[in-house]
Amino acid sequence: MLDNFPPRIPIGSWIADLIAWINVNLDFLLDFIKDTGSWVNDAVVAVLLFPHPLIAIVIFALVAWLVRSWRLALGVLISFILIMSMNMWVQSMQTLALVVIAALTAIIIALPLGIWAARNDTVSAFVKPILDFMQTMPAMVYLIPAITFFSIGAVPALFSTIIFSLPPAVRLTELGIRGVDEETVEAGQSFGATNWEILRGVQLPLAIPSIMAGINQVIMLALSMAVIAGMVGADGLGKEVTHALSTINVARGAEAGLSLVFLAIFLDRFTAALGAPGDHKSSLLAKWRAAREAKLRDAQAQGVTA
Amino acid sequence: MSAIRASHVYKIFGRRSEAGVKQLKSGATRDELRDQGLTAAVIDASFEVNPGEIFVVMGLSGSGKSTLIRTVNGLLPITDGEMYIHDQPLSGLSKLDLRRVRRENVSMVFQHFALLPHRTVGENAAYGLQIKGINRADREAKANEALEMVGLGGWGGYSPSELSGGMQQRVGLARALAAGTDIMLMDEAFSALDPLIRRGMQDQLIELQQKLEKTVLFITHDLNEAMRLGDRIAMMRDGRIEQIGTAEQILNDPASNYVARFVADVDRTRVLTAGSIAEPPYAVTGAESGPQVAHKLLREHQPSWLLVVSRDRKPVGIVWEDDVAEAVRKGSSELPYSATHEMPVVEADTPINELFERSAQHRSPLVVVDERGRVVGVIPRVTLLTAATPSNGVPDEDEDEEEEA
Repeated sequence: MLDNFPPRIPIGSWIADLIAWINVNLDFLLDFIKDTGSWVNDAVVAVLLFPHPLIAIVIFALVAWLVRSWRLALGVLISFILIMSMNMWVQSMQTLALVVIAALTAIIIALPLGIWAARNDTVSAFVKPILDFMQTMPAMVYLIPAITFFSIGAVPALFSTIIFSLPPAVRLTELGIRGVDEETVEAGQSFGATNWEILRGVQLPLAIPSIMAGINQVIMLALSMAVIAGMVGADGLGKEVTHALSTINVARGAEAGLSLVFLAIFLDRFTAALGAPGDHKSSLLAKWRAAREAKLRDAQAQGVTA
Repeated sequence: MSAIRASHVYKIFGRRSEAGVKQLKSGATRDELRDQGLTAAVIDASFEVNPGEIFVVMGLSGSGKSTLIRTVNGLLPITDGEMYIHDQPLSGLSKLDLRRVRRENVSMVFQHFALLPHRTVGENAAYGLQIKGINRADREAKANEALEMVGLGGWGGYSPSELSGGMQQRVGLARALAAGTDIMLMDEAFSALDPLIRRGMQDQLIELQQKLEKTVLFITHDLNEAMRLGDRIAMMRDGRIEQIGTAEQILNDPASNYVARFVADVDRTRVLTAGSIAEPPYAVTGAESGPQVAHKLLREHQPSWLLVVSRDRKPVGIVWEDDVAEAVRKGSSELPYSATHEMPVVEADTPINELFERSAQHRSPLVVVDERGRVVGVIPRVTLLTAATPSNGVPDEDEDEEEEA
């Protein structure tokens, strides 16, 4: 009796059917995404590779100093020159392009979704399990429909990276907005602010640290996905790692891996500093801001005594 | 015309709250509603706040006072009854009109200041004006004016986090003042401050209110604060208003046992004024009368002294029994005013804690006069001591605000 229980439920083939259906019927949409994706990717790679690597490295170091500290700038200078000397510069920039595009797209989708979920309990309850699904599904599984949709190259890599890295930005945006002190929101309401004015003037600014933590997570996840993306033929460090794996080339694998670590450290410290600008007093931005505030204060004090 | 008027206001949280109102009206208790998952925060609250008045709602945590104040500017919509601002009902208003009321008529000060940490003090003070759409130059000028009014001139460029708690709340006050509304709601505005600062803020509020004649609805759990600030006080308990009256009315004539127990701990000497405990003078004669008239009065009523007042009821002096007897014996026609003791005169609105010293210095009773200098009554030393003691004989203890919490 129980031999036939449970019956074989062909979930897998249903999903495969669905994917096949999308592939056939939404062909025009997939083509559009593919063309746009590869065009944007090519453009960003071209921009990153346009200056001489040494000039690009100096620019990266300056940006690091601008938002964080001269120490990070020095670290960037040394580690990126090391990437250059390992002949990994081009691949690193290709990976950086992939990460930047995927992260930006994820953020553009995640922010409004997070805001919506923060303001609406039904949306929040609906979105949560989907996010759980997206995050726990093994990342490589996304590559299969990605290949059927977009064949190989940068676009399937972008597609799966966006899906994989999106959830923390939604979650932390919702958390950040819900965590804003209720009295402060009431203050906005009690002075007659509209919902939009409260969102823009109170909730979003106060949720910035949380939102930036989410963005930092997105970038880290995108970077980790970038290696897996090498499997679907996206150019970059991932491809080097995949290649080194298939040829058991320890030296090349180590160099590609190390380059990825340097890139990761830079991106992590950079986005963390963006989220908490007050924590980095020695950054150029902080110094500039302090000087401006002092000036403003002097002006105010003089206004009072005059 | 009233600034704020609440008419049988109910606020019930939970699903099917209207049904809860019906049950309450037909005699159900708050606990019975709680069993159905309904929280009756405000029950049948009616009160009226006059323009230019400081009206205090006093109650312990959970009494519904914070909910009540949020129904006044519509932050919480009421379940039943009606709330009026300047005789205009709030319930019929569209969202737009409600926001207009908040921008033009009612501003609010919060317990934990609720300042925007990413903006400067000046920008915070200008927040209400910014929402109103006032241009930058005008709102900065008004915000600076408001900051000077609360004693924070020159702090506009600082960040709120650089200020102490008391200063931050003065920014909150300046924000409400700058908005230019005639009504200010203050939700436990001074409760997060330490006692010394709190006293200073209370004084400043009274001063500002007298100068600007704002209507203030003030929420507090501190009875001494309520008595100090309030022109009138509403005592709230379990969502209901138990009594509305002046500090003296509540102190001397509590409407319920709850109120009576509550006020037992209050420092009566700070609340009661000379005018409220003054007794009619034992005997009064015109300033022209001679010792014979005084002697007759003294024999009839048996006091040891007489207050002498002029025809327009201004105090002239005090004569003592012995001196009058002496004058009659000598056949003098002048009243023998006491030479060794000058007559102590106090104003009717002096708190009685300021009377003890003068009473101790003088043998004669304190003479209480109104603002035009006319006699209201007298306070013998015994009366003063009796007034300082609660009627039920409970001795004054240290403030114990959360006794019932």
